[in-house]
Amino acid sequence: MAEPILRLAGVGKTFGQLRAVDRLVLDVEEGEFLTIVGPSGSGKTTLLRMLAGLETPSEGDIVLRGRRINDLPPEKRPTCLVFQSLALFPHRTVGQNIEFPLKVRGVAAAERRRRAHELMAMVRLPADYYGKNVQKCSGGERQRVALARAFAYDPEILFFDEPLSAIDYKLRKTLEKELKDIHKETGKTFIYITHSLEEAMVMSDRIGVMHQGRLVQVGTPEDIYQRPRNLFVAAFMGEVNQIPVRRNGNGTWEGLDLAGHFRADATAERGHLVIRPELMRFVSARDAADNVVEGLLYNEYSLGSRLQYQIRVGEKVLVVERSRGDAFAGDPSAPVLVGWDVRDQLFLED
Amino acid sequence: MRLGPGPRHAIPVGILLLLGFAAPLVAVTAYSLATPRSFDVFRSLTLANYRTILDPANTVWLSFAWSLLLAAATVVLLAAIAYPIAYGLARLFGRWAGLVGLLFVFPLFISENVRLYGWVLFFIKGGVLDGTLRTLLGIGGPDVLFTPGMILFGMVYVYLPFMLFPLTLGLAMVPRDLIDAARDMGASRLQIWREVELPLAMPGILIGFLLTFVLGAGAVAEAKVLGGQSVIVITHDIEIAFTYAQNWPLGSALAVLLTLLIGTLVLLVLWRLDLDRILGRR
Repeated sequence: MAEPILRLAGVGKTFGQLRAVDRLVLDVEEGEFLTIVGPSGSGKTTLLRMLAGLETPSEGDIVLRGRRINDLPPEKRPTCLVFQSLALFPHRTVGQNIEFPLKVRGVAAAERRRRAHELMAMVRLPADYYGKNVQKCSGGERQRVALARAFAYDPEILFFDEPLSAIDYKLRKTLEKELKDIHKETGKTFIYITHSLEEAMVMSDRIGVMHQGRLVQVGTPEDIYQRPRNLFVAAFMGEVNQIPVRRNGNGTWEGLDLAGHFRADATAERGHLVIRPELMRFVSARDAADNVVEGLLYNEYSLGSRLQYQIRVGEKVLVVERSRGDAFAGDPSAPVLVGWDVRDQLFLED
Repeated sequence: MRLGPGPRHAIPVGILLLLGFAAPLVAVTAYSLATPRSFDVFRSLTLANYRTILDPANTVWLSFAWSLLLAAATVVLLAAIAYPIAYGLARLFGRWAGLVGLLFVFPLFISENVRLYGWVLFFIKGGVLDGTLRTLLGIGGPDVLFTPGMILFGMVYVYLPFMLFPLTLGLAMVPRDLIDAARDMGASRLQIWREVELPLAMPGILIGFLLTFVLGAGAVAEAKVLGGQSVIVITHDIEIAFTYAQNWPLGSALAVLLTLLIGTLVLLVLWRLDLDRILGRR
């Protein structure tokens, strides 16, 4: 395997008593699109600021192509950060903003102009925007200006600090796909952070899930979705059912304080069964699925093409999603049976 | 006659402005057109006072020049002194910024004349500086009192807050992200200052310049107290005309000319330096 472009060797950052980033170990491959996902306060912005050189790590090493860059200031790093605020210069035009990195490097005006137009074409900005004031641009156009400006710096790695968070849903989807395309066209290494797993899924080659300063799991979108390592990752993926279970003497499992036994392939003493709502179904008899619980239907929502049901089982509420063609047809006031198969569930040890 | 709520509520302020602002200006202008050495205001119309001032034999232009020169020098020195402090207040001092700012405001609670006489006691022969140096080192203090340089020192000292706070406000308006972004894209400190910080802080900087220039051009106590009349500034001439000389028409004509001169300069600066363009709103 080729040498990683960026290697984090136990990188940590402590603010007073708080461990914002906790000794991360991670290799970033040349040309990959890596997304770090985590809720607010998980340390992902601090991590990105350390990578860009705007914060100094409290411990560990950041290694770029085999060279330790902990103490290299941001202006000397071959990396560029697209800020959450975009940080466009309000007193400059679109063209002047894009040319800024070239101007500070002393590139001649004509060459700067040529390059700016090239980059504007790449990020799909009309050429006549060159002289437009950035403050007159819409949110999406400003994103493109920020991206073009970052590329003008010609960095080896681009960092993105949730630049799409303030954009409305439909435009965000378009920009996500465009960003992915630009990534493919340019072959640069992208490190993107976001709190939206959906955004990460669309764009990334690999996703790292961050929680309380730690990288909980790193893998392909498929890995993360199909095989979450723990309950946090599973829950972060969206609505899932989690049923705490403990082992019975006879090799089966019990949980939910029900008489029913659960089947699971695991050896631990206790853990959680994780089942996605779309993998649960209504059954007519206890033996119609590997695992079945009985509850009361107390809510029904429309999700557009699908329907979501909330089933109360003791203290617990389970969520079941069915397509419209497979809607619940029984008596809503009577107890209902909900079942799923062992291969559709995930057992996570506590 | 019916008045809307806006104009109706503006009436008290309007009356106050008329009586406190417009009326004195009208009175001064009227006096400047009265017969020299008389109190015939509104009864005579003559340009004799202006003719006296503009007479080439009259050396009053020297006072104008000193006033403007001292004011300009004050602005330049203040900009150099206040910028680093303002930078600290806006960026570095954090929770101490309030306290540091308060310390700079504190002298304003004491009368300007009292403070200036304090400096006289500090610098005078046998004063605090001279006495201390003589006792400790056996050498006398520098003989700086009653010189134009001392006037400048006094003006810089008195007008520091009027430069400092607009500058601080201007620098505080520059978003931190923009500075970080500029660094991240390879800009040096000087480039960041020239390309990002200075243009974005310019509204505050301009306000500080104008405020201290106008105040400096109208300063009188520094020249009288610290300068010991080594230099006569125009405001001092105006004061003499109104008091010892009892020539109100001449004093008024000087005041009108000074107002016009400074007004023109300020308008020229504001016209040349388009705030909207600097702020990129156009």
